[in-house]
Amino acid sequence: MDFSIIFENLPLLFKGLNLTIQLLIISLILGFVMAIPLAVAAASKTTWLRLPSKIFIYIFRGTPLLIQIFIIYYGLSQFEWLRESFLWVFFKEAYWCAILAFSLNTAAYTAEIFRGAIVQTPKGEMEAAVACGMSRFDQYRHVILPSALRRAIPMYGNEVIFMLHATVLAGVITLVDLFGAAKIINSRHYAPFESFISAGVFYLALTFTIVFAFKLIESHFLKHLKR
Amino acid sequence: MTEIFGGYLPLILKGMVITVEVALLSLVFSLILGILAASARLYGGPISKTIAGVYTTVIRGIPDLVLMMLIFFGGQVLVNKVGDKFGWGYIDIDPFIAGVLTIGFIFGAYMGETFRGAIMAVSKGEIEAGHAYGMTSFQVFTHITFPGMVRHAIPGFFNNWLVLVKTTALVSVIGLEDMVFSAKIAGDTLRQPFTFYMLVGFLFLLITAVSDLAMRYFERRYRFGQS
Repeated sequence: MDFSIIFENLPLLFKGLNLTIQLLIISLILGFVMAIPLAVAAASKTTWLRLPSKIFIYIFRGTPLLIQIFIIYYGLSQFEWLRESFLWVFFKEAYWCAILAFSLNTAAYTAEIFRGAIVQTPKGEMEAAVACGMSRFDQYRHVILPSALRRAIPMYGNEVIFMLHATVLAGVITLVDLFGAAKIINSRHYAPFESFISAGVFYLALTFTIVFAFKLIESHFLKHLKR
Repeated sequence: MTEIFGGYLPLILKGMVITVEVALLSLVFSLILGILAASARLYGGPISKTIAGVYTTVIRGIPDLVLMMLIFFGGQVLVNKVGDKFGWGYIDIDPFIAGVLTIGFIFGAYMGETFRGAIMAVSKGEIEAGHAYGMTSFQVFTHITFPGMVRHAIPGFFNNWLVLVKTTALVSVIGLEDMVFSAKIAGDTLRQPFTFYMLVGFLFLLITAVSDLAMRYFERRYRFGQS
């Protein structure tokens, strides 16, 4: 094995790393913002609120992300009206398609995690909120969501790692993320071990960073649950 | 009937058979690895414990597609080198085998963690009771630990299976003619990528739904002895 190839191509790998992190952070933020209303709706007792949200979650969790990204990036070009509309500026770019697919996907998984946490909110906390005379909105704003989101942190940490691993699919639709960079190095030098092992090391480092970050976040937000 | 989907339905269904084959074979492989990893981590000496620990951590820290590329392209380089030495000539690595090996290898790590958790969840008292009745260690395993473990492992096992099925979509990236690959061929030829990717997405949902039913059945079957 000749790792000098990797040193030569380090700038390319770092450019890929940059894009991977960028895609991850943007999709996580967008997905998180969508996940909260979705989770509240999915935990609701009102059928017309719960059903659409549950169907969204079921479809996005039940199909591979690769298919979702292909439908958005390759599939939508089938519709002429879309190609002629102003939206095409957005949908013709692999970058935006990747972000759209990633955010919708992580929104569905995150919503399911948050829904589980909301449903398991201790009865006493809810009764206390009602006893304080809070409106439904205030109950969610001040009691249910702060409590549920805290309890969801460990599960959400796993989702963030899954999302990091899912960003490799950006490299499948022509983007040069960390995986895309490794693919380029492999095809240039025919060096599969060097290129994919180095990419793997980068991903491993990112994974450990996320695990560590979530340990810190947990120790901050879950102090009250420690015994 | 053949006119539906422009005559491409048989191709898609043929791809679906390959998808299911890849999924089932990798499941078998991952079960073997998972049992090995779990027993190594629970009962093994320090060396096998370390190996199993590194295996589960590293695999779960690297994206599946990176590992698949490493095994597919890297395996090809290795086979070429060995082939050169022994004068076998050029041997192609089969994407089917590479896919099954990679997916099985990855999910072996997840299965290992599931089994480890499930074995640890079997109550100590039950095992001690078995020994107190004069059962041999083997009898304790087949009559107490194993049935107890299966019950605890079912939810995690099916969760892994559902993720595994979705991961099989990646074999299309290394050129195996699975469901996703067939959808690409059909969609590109008829210029209807959206239609065919949607169809494949629906078929994945179908597999998920059937698996759900199977899980309910097994959960009921292994609930004996529980109130």
